[in-house]
Formats: sequence, structure tokens, C-alpha cells
Amino acid sequence: MAFGQTRAVTDVSFTVEGGEFFSILGPSGCGKTTILRIVAGFLEPTEGTVLIGGRDMKGLGPDQRPTAMIFQSLALFPLMPVWENIAFGLEARGVAKTERRKKANDLLKLVALEGFGDRMPGELSGGQRQRVAIARALAVEPQVLLLDEPLSALDLKLRQHMRAELRALQKRTGVTFIYITHDQSEALAMSDRVAVMSEGVLQQVGAPRELYDNPATPFVARFVGETNAITGRVAAIENGIATVESAFGPLSGRAGDGLSAGAAARLYVRPEALQHKTRGENRLMATIERIDFEGAFALAHGTLEDGSRLTASIASTELGEAPEIGTRASFAFQSANAVVLPDG
Amino acid sequence: MAELYKRFGGGLGTVFLALVAAWLAGMVLAPNVMMIDYALRPNLPPADIGGPRDVYSLSNVLYLANEGVHRAIFFKTVWASALVAFVTLMVCYPLAYWLAQNATPNQTAIAILALTIPFWINEVLRTLAWYILLAFRGPLNAALLALGIIDEPVRWYGDGGVLAGMTYAYILFMLFPIYNAIESLEKSQIEAARDLGASVWRTHWRVVIPHAKAGIATGCVFTFMLAAGSYVAPALLGAPGSRWFTEIIYNWFFEGGDWNRGAAYALVLLVLCLTVVLVTLKIARVNLTDVAK
Repeated sequence: MAFGQTRAVTDVSFTVEGGEFFSILGPSGCGKTTILRIVAGFLEPTEGTVLIGGRDMKGLGPDQRPTAMIFQSLALFPLMPVWENIAFGLEARGVAKTERRKKANDLLKLVALEGFGDRMPGELSGGQRQRVAIARALAVEPQVLLLDEPLSALDLKLRQHMRAELRALQKRTGVTFIYITHDQSEALAMSDRVAVMSEGVLQQVGAPRELYDNPATPFVARFVGETNAITGRVAAIENGIATVESAFGPLSGRAGDGLSAGAAARLYVRPEALQHKTRGENRLMATIERIDFEGAFALAHGTLEDGSRLTASIASTELGEAPEIGTRASFAFQSANAVVLPDG
Repeated sequence: MAELYKRFGGGLGTVFLALVAAWLAGMVLAPNVMMIDYALRPNLPPADIGGPRDVYSLSNVLYLANEGVHRAIFFKTVWASALVAFVTLMVCYPLAYWLAQNATPNQTAIAILALTIPFWINEVLRTLAWYILLAFRGPLNAALLALGIIDEPVRWYGDGGVLAGMTYAYILFMLFPIYNAIESLEKSQIEAARDLGASVWRTHWRVVIPHAKAGIATGCVFTFMLAAGSYVAPALLGAPGSRWFTEIIYNWFFEGGDWNRGAAYALVLLVLCLTVVLVTLKIARVNLTDVAK
């Protein structure tokens, strides 16, 4: 897909299973909204095709596709009562008024807003409006529901609540959800599978756990969850374990794709994989600068000998044994909990 | 008012208030009171003014009610002005929609400039341009003849000419209120309607027009009032069969020499315009303050 000279999205290809909760995750400007708009039919791709249920969508407008979109702003019609909003798609299909009203009431029940049909959208709270938007989209019985960061306007508490609600609703209705977000915790928490994008290029598609444990590219390693990166050169690869010669001695982790001995590489290790201990392999020495208490755990931020940063997670129950601020502390990790990827 | 004093102090605040009051009294109130005064008094020779026959009555207004030709012209002016407003709306709505929702900022700037440039010259001259265009041996007839659309020249002056001239003259008064209204409509609303399967027509009827209602009502009210009070277009582009009520008023003042009857006719026109404005706003459920914006 290209806008003038700018290519917004290049070579993106993925398959979403029926009834799946599929997220597209990436920073703003990565092209995820472009993909959603191509699937919805608001944009025609310059090259490539969109198939829904095996049917080529080429030349079909948004009004003819078996998709329904939930906009970032929700785009509820402010001058129509809630039930007319929900039944708008049915009205466009020529369904009789009594039947529309009945269907709207059924959907209101589904999203736990019974009795709100005659309110105006302006009289509802953020979370309620969210649910009306979902009901309105579901009213046209789409095969695929497209959600463009619909939770981004809500506050944290409500957002977490709506995540669970969306997930439950998706399971209950069995409709395929394609969900766009820049919030990785949102994508990981709700999705069956996640596609990670950066600068118009698809980085990796996989289950949340897979993305987190086995990032395929440095971008995914950095973007999905917190991580520490240590640069070096590949000394050896054996049984899927790569040893990196770094400024802090040899460190090893699971070998990613595209590694070759002697090539520049980075080792990625998650904060929670680092343990405060003075013995064992894969040790790193850091000067502790700050410890941020987050509730269930605390994050110790330190500096390695070459000045690069290291973050380690310490469970709150073990805070008593935590290193003190200003001291040098030793952290170790197991090779199975680290990933080595080509540097680039 | 307290705000005014707080901002400008006692002296300057009072000056501003006095200026506004003087303007309202001298330029708005006094002429209207004089018009009403004239309208309700009989047309008398100077010697009788202030005499026993100089009494207030509705005779001038009743004269209009009983004069068949003038009455017919009055009602024709009313519905023809409504027609002008309607035609202008039909012309402006698609244009305003395109400008507000689809045009690039550059296109908008150029289109608005192109629409505004004709308004740099006087309304009389603009109408004169139509006078030339629509002439019996003018460019429009020549072009239509050359294209073979008509076999002999058409006499455009008359109702058609007046309609064209007025629609052109008042286009901006309709365009801008609607443009402003549609511009504030979030694009995703239109996309949502389309995504839910609504036709273009339904999207406009259910989403765009309700949103732009205040703008549409404002534009229609402006255009109707300007059309009803218009003099130049009917005088230049009209024919004997398409006389406008303002021409009758003009005749009472400057040809009949009966200012009183002219004032009565003008008063009736004013009352009519006010009624139309209030009824339209009531129907569209728009406040007068929304229009003023």
C-alpha cells in the first residue's frame, strides 16, 4: 500500500482464523491502521489482495464487505438514541422498525446495557459508549469485527475492565476480531495471536507467549515487554544455544534465526529472568541507581561497566535481599531464558 | 456589562455602551419606528399634516389586502423567495459537503477564493453580468444555439432570470453556514455509516443533514430574507410578468409619491420575513443565537 511516494505498508501477509482474536501491535505510524482500513475496504491496496472467507474483496466497498469497524473515536451518531445507533445497519438493510427495535434490545442485553435504548449517546459514560459501539457493529452480523484502538480513550482501570469484557464477548459471539493497538500489554492480554509491525513491515506473527519468549526480530524483543540488550559477537552455536563474546565475558542464550559464528549479535534477556546472585554462568555486574517499587515487584535500574543500562525485576517478597542503591550487584540468568538475535 | 467595565474601566466602558446604545437607537430603532409611524398614517398634503384628518389607521395595510394585483405579487414574492432559498440550497449543499469533507486544504482555499472574488464587486454589477449573459442575443443563447440544444433564442429575462441571478448573488450566504456545519462533522461518522451499509443518500439524510441542520436553517433564512428584500435582480433580470414586491414598494415611494402606503407595504414585508425566520428556526429547532454565530 502506497500513499504517493510513501509506502505505508509493504509485503504484509497473514491469515486470521475464523473466530480468532487477532491483534496487530505496533507503534503509531507503523501502518497498522492502514492494514485495518484495507481490510475494511476504505482503502484499496496498490498491490495484493484481501480474502475474507476465501472471497476476494477487490472492488467491494466498506458497505459491501462482511466486516464491521469500531473506530478509535467510536463514531456513534450523537443525534440518534442508542437503539437507533445500534439498529442503523439494519435500517440501511431495510429491516422493519419493530424488528430493528427488537434486535437492538437483544444486543443491548448482550452488552449488559438493557434499558439504555432511549438514551442519547452523550448521556452515557465512556465504557457504556464503548459497548454501544460494539453492539452497533455486531448488529450487522459481520464475519470480521475490526477494532481500531477503541480503548485508548479510557482510563486505565476501565481499560483493563473492558479488555476482559471484549475478550469474553468475542468468545461468546464467535466473531473474528482484528484488533489494532499500540499497547503491548493490551495485545498480549486479549489475543489468541498477535502480529507485530514496525515501519510498514510485519515483524512476527504468533501467540502472545511465543512473541514474548521467542522474539524473531530485535524489534519484537524490544517492543513486546521490557528487555535488556547486550551486544557482542557470536563465538559458537551449539544445540540451539549461541554463545556471545561480550564486553562482560561469554554469555549464552537460545539462538534465533539468521545467526552465524563471528557475526555481530545481541543477547536479549528479560528483567524477570535476571536473578540477584553472585555465582553461576551468565553473570552481569551493574551499579544500582534506582529501585522503582511497582507493587507486586520492583524494578532495579543499573548501569553496566560499559555504561549501558540494565533492568532487573525483583519480586516484592524478595525485596529484603535486594541490592542497595549505589552498590555494585551481580545478576545472573539461565541460557534458556535469553535469546540471541543478529544485530541489525 | 460588568465584564465590560472590569476590562475597560468606568470611563471607556461608558463610552462604549453609549456608542452601542446610540447606534441601536439611531440606526435600528428610529428608522423602524418612523416606518411604522408612516405606515399607519394617511398620505396627506402638507397643509393637512397634524390636522383633524391625520389619524392612525390600518387603511394602508388594508389597501394591500384589497388590491388584487399587489396581493398576488406579494405572495408570488414569498414563494419565489422560498424557491430561491431552495435552489441555492441544492446548489450549495453538495459544494459545501465536498469542500468540508473531501477537498484537500489547497482545493478548499482555491475554491473559496474563486467563490469570493465575484463578491469584490458590487451586487448591481454582478447582476449586470447576468443581464449580459442572459440577453436575447447574449452568449448563453448563442452557445445553446451553437450546440444545437435550442432552435431559436430563449427569452431568459423573467422568472428564470431572476432565479438565476438571485441564486448566484446569495450563494455565499448559503455556502458558508453549511460549510461550517459540515466541517465540524467528524469524518469517521460518515465512514461508520458507510461501513454499516448505508447508501450515500441515507448517510446524508440520517447523519450529515441532521448534523448540519443549524447551518442549513441559517443559510435558508439568510437567503430567503435577502431574496424577499432584493431589488436589483428583479429590476434588471425580471420581465413585466415577474414583478417583485420590492418594486411595488419602490414605486409607491418614488413614482406614486405615497410614502405612507410604501411604508405600509415595507412593514408587511418585514413582518413576513420575521415570521418566516421564526417559523423556520422553530421547525429546525435552532436558537436565534445559533444563527448569530
